[in-house]
Amino acid sequence: MAVAFDIGLIVLLVGIGAWMIVVRDVVVATIIFVVYGLLMAIAWVRLSAVDVALTEAAIGSGIAGMLLLGAAARLKGTDASGTRLSFPMTIVAAVLCAVISASLAAVMLLPTHAAPTLAPLAMQNLDQTGLGNPVAAVLFAYRALDTLLEKVVLLLALVGVWSLAPDRAWGGAPSLDNYVPPSDILAFFAQILPPFGIVFAIYMTWTGATNPGGAFQGGTVLAVMWLLVMMAGIMRAPSIGNAWLRWLLVAGPALFLVVGLAGFFIAAGFLAYPPAYAKALIVVVEIALAISIAATLGLLAAGPPERMQ
Amino acid sequence: MSSIMDVFTALAISCGAFFFVAGTIGLLRFPDVPTRLHALTKADNLGLGLVTLGLLPQVVGALAALKLISVWLFALISGAIVTQLIVRAVR
Amino acid sequence: MPEFLFGAALFILGTIAVGLVRILHSRQAADCMMAAQLIGTGGVAILLLLAVATDAPPVVDVALMLALLAAFASVAFVGGLQGKASAQAEDHRK
Repeated sequence: MAVAFDIGLIVLLVGIGAWMIVVRDVVVATIIFVVYGLLMAIAWVRLSAVDVALTEAAIGSGIAGMLLLGAAARLKGTDASGTRLSFPMTIVAAVLCAVISASLAAVMLLPTHAAPTLAPLAMQNLDQTGLGNPVAAVLFAYRALDTLLEKVVLLLALVGVWSLAPDRAWGGAPSLDNYVPPSDILAFFAQILPPFGIVFAIYMTWTGATNPGGAFQGGTVLAVMWLLVMMAGIMRAPSIGNAWLRWLLVAGPALFLVVGLAGFFIAAGFLAYPPAYAKALIVVVEIALAISIAATLGLLAAGPPERMQ
Repeated sequence: MSSIMDVFTALAISCGAFFFVAGTIGLLRFPDVPTRLHALTKADNLGLGLVTLGLLPQVVGALAALKLISVWLFALISGAIVTQLIVRAVR
Repeated sequence: MPEFLFGAALFILGTIAVGLVRILHSRQAADCMMAAQLIGTGGVAILLLLAVATDAPPVVDVALMLALLAAFASVAFVGGLQGKASAQAEDHRK
């Protein structure tokens, strides 16, 4: 019966994916995309990747949906909103996607001996890091350099979004109130939901050391709550020239970098941890990263500044 | 004892699935958006509540059971508020 | 028992699929606002059933995350479609 459920899920996902491509209206396509992301979270759970499921639900549906809807709203008045791919190009794209999928399936299913993997080695050395979650160990102990660089890339993406602002609005604030008209129900919702969201985000960040979760998921939930509050008009979007905001944005990567550099003096090298304090250091870095990720993702989805304060 | 619990679970989850079907039929057959929303929210949330009730005997520990109930309560509250928001937008 | 729970999850997945076909195929744009609500209850039910069927407590966290994000997505959909509707109303008036 588990196989039947998996097959049903796959059929539903492929059907929704095909429909998303066929549909004409951009906003409806974005809605289908968000629904697809939420159902993919179930697929990731079936593949025993619970951390990925949490991230897919949070970022693939929440933040990406918000980004796409904002882009659709900005494209509305322009003539770019009406262009569609010509039919021969659609066929070419479909054939290329099918070739890639078939090649991936062949690589996964055909070889008779098991593919080389580092997973057993990662699990063996897990108790040296003091963590219980192997994904957290990979992110912060084995491949900490990748995680540090990813956080810097996130900041660069934010600078890229800010650079879309008109010159007169540089240093100003993004405006979210022309996106959804504030109403009293929305204001009520934005007062009821964030307490739950904040508690859940703190729980996600804290439990990431032993259970699926972590800084990324917790930070994304915080960003989503902040976006909701800004959309309802309860809090105004901060101006990007605000010094506090900029300190919050860099606090996470900066602390990560400081801990990495401290590894030269108290441990084996860059981004190495002393064995007795590894878990404590990692948890402190995760808390700082969660706050920075929340600020970065919230501002990414809010868009470039449009007006001076 | 555990077989009685299993029967209770099967019964509650079957009732929950029935309410999900009822909600979907309402979604298909009702004439306009507010009535469809009514069917979707009320029936589906009741189905979710019955499914949660059925799963309670199967989990170990009071904390796990409390977590299941809190998920259902959260879905209920947010569903109620979001429904009002959608109807306000449609009118 | 796990077999029964998987079967119930498959059944609820079927009701979600039928509901999605009805909502997304509709002529009225307002129907699409309900899509996140549908996933927010049905998807949570499926995840709770999977959590108990596979005896994996972290999946309940995924269910909670799904409920939170579906609520937020509903707000975003209302905004996206309202903005679009108001643009259409402006075109009709012109």
